[in-house]
Amino acid sequence: MSDTLLEIDNLSVDYETERGDLKALRDISFDVKKGEIVGIVGESGCGKSTLISSILRLTAPNTRFRQGEVRFNGDDILAMTERQMRDLRGSDISIVFQDPMQTHNPVLTIGRQLLDIQHRSKATTAQKLETAAKMLAAVGIPDPQARLKQYPHEFSGGMRQRIAIAMALMSEPDLLIADEPTTALDATLEVQIIERLKELQSEMNCAILFISHHLGVIAELCDRVVVMYAGAVVESGDVREIFHDPKHPYTRRLIECDPGHIKTRARILPTIPGEVPDLVNLPDGCIFRDRCEQAFDKCQQVPALDKLKEGHFAACWLNHPEETTA
Amino acid sequence: MFIYTVKRFALAGLILIVAVTAMFLMIRAVPGDPVSIMLGPRATPELKASLIEQMALDQPIWKQLLIYYGGLLRGDLGIDVFSGRSVVDIVFQQLPYTLEMIALSVVWSAALGIALGAYAAAHPNTIIDRVAAAVSVSFVAAPAFVVALLALLIFAVQLQWFPAIGVGEGFWGRLNHLVLPSFAIGLSWVGYIARLVRASMLEVLGEGHIRTARAFGISERRIIMSYALRIAILPVVTVIGVGMGFLLSSAVFTEIVFARPGIGKLVIDSITTRNYPVVMGTVLVSTGLFVLSTAIADLLNALLDPRARSTK
Repeated sequence: MSDTLLEIDNLSVDYETERGDLKALRDISFDVKKGEIVGIVGESGCGKSTLISSILRLTAPNTRFRQGEVRFNGDDILAMTERQMRDLRGSDISIVFQDPMQTHNPVLTIGRQLLDIQHRSKATTAQKLETAAKMLAAVGIPDPQARLKQYPHEFSGGMRQRIAIAMALMSEPDLLIADEPTTALDATLEVQIIERLKELQSEMNCAILFISHHLGVIAELCDRVVVMYAGAVVESGDVREIFHDPKHPYTRRLIECDPGHIKTRARILPTIPGEVPDLVNLPDGCIFRDRCEQAFDKCQQVPALDKLKEGHFAACWLNHPEETTA
Repeated sequence: MFIYTVKRFALAGLILIVAVTAMFLMIRAVPGDPVSIMLGPRATPELKASLIEQMALDQPIWKQLLIYYGGLLRGDLGIDVFSGRSVVDIVFQQLPYTLEMIALSVVWSAALGIALGAYAAAHPNTIIDRVAAAVSVSFVAAPAFVVALLALLIFAVQLQWFPAIGVGEGFWGRLNHLVLPSFAIGLSWVGYIARLVRASMLEVLGEGHIRTARAFGISERRIIMSYALRIAILPVVTVIGVGMGFLLSSAVFTEIVFARPGIGKLVIDSITTRNYPVVMGTVLVSTGLFVLSTAIADLLNALLDPRARSTK
């Protein structure tokens, strides 16, 4: 048995639209090992959400899986039946969504919802409620027994995200997908929730796929980072490597643009000029070429995601000195 | 919730007072002398004078209104000009026939409409969804009196499955007589409710919490039945509450087509004979029913939706 939990292999996903196929993911490859925390960074629209809905196979009806595999514990998720998929969801793979105000059913009590997600358990209702209360206590919700009887609107956003985390960890999953879990929360809550997530992760030893555009959180929490741009992986590797020695111009610009990294007072915050290319009509060559200051002739061809050293991959011709001089 | 209930019924009472006042003034604003219309051209002056006194028509309008309110508080809606019976007795004798007809119509059409709409929303753009859409729209477009006449011709006259007229005796007899009228009233509601439930269901199914339920492997059946439907039927409750007005007006036609006693029949008969106290009493009770049903719909909504409960 290998120690790889999730393998994504040359995954390409399109959305059928009236304008033509929108190539949301192209040739995505990376893996998550057991107990590892992997961060996925990228701007809005880079395909992060498509990626996680593909892993759970909760995609929109116009989604087409064009090529590649998503293997979980060696089994291809994309080839599973809906029944097998349902067995995986919420037991081996669970998810915390971005907006805690939308995560819970507004007309059912939190207790009811925590009870319902234990539908695989053979325990009695009383035992399930006991488990639910314990999980709420574990994520830092005071007086959990009483709060089980309350409805979602009676909780604050931070509380609701804690409940979402409790729900996700209830089944002690092998993989937890966290889709920008702190984006909708304020900064002090973000720190608390990240801390709690880290503690619970080390207790349960589950792997986490952490999606965020907050580089500070990624640096704090993750072991490895995958940088995505316009539906493709441009760089991936060890979190230290990526932050201290980025090998793709997009990663470099992303780090420069992070407010946490700006040392000197500036009148205008740095941005990356240009726009994300239209994914229906893809430009030729490197996807980042139009916005890249260092683009040169070779960039008219698509660079492969090359292994630069152990655990550090990047897709950029600049890492090939023989090409730059040629 | 208790305070909300009290508030909601206080509002209902206020609406009723305004409605009664408006109705009272409207009837008095109709030109002509009610007494000569009621008694006919050959009435003696003594007879007219005694009726004027009996109906307090010689008093100023505000005093007449106060007298009417006074009667209302005592549960007295006046006297039928022709039979001399109390209007309250007449109206409440007829009311059960209309109520049972409307209740049965609402129950069967809501049950079928919700099931149809929920099924269509769970299987959007399938053949069944499209057929349901076409059928629903044609149901909505068919007025109750047309359906009543067709149903009467087909099921009562041709096939002789159900009785054509009257209300029947005993539980089964009454139920048997109710089938065709409530079919006629409910049919357009089936289509209307199905369309409404489908639209609101599709909206709910697109919400984040449904994605959460799916992401936790909860069965699609359970998601539809207990996670989505409970939210999706909220607008239906309101629509049925407000639709009570339409139901009462379709009851007028249906009761005439099927020659059933009831509020609708009563109001038509009393209008044609200018029996103002009975018209007034019937309209008042109908208004009361309408106000009551909207109040009940609001309370049901609050009961079903904890968000509404806590903000109100």
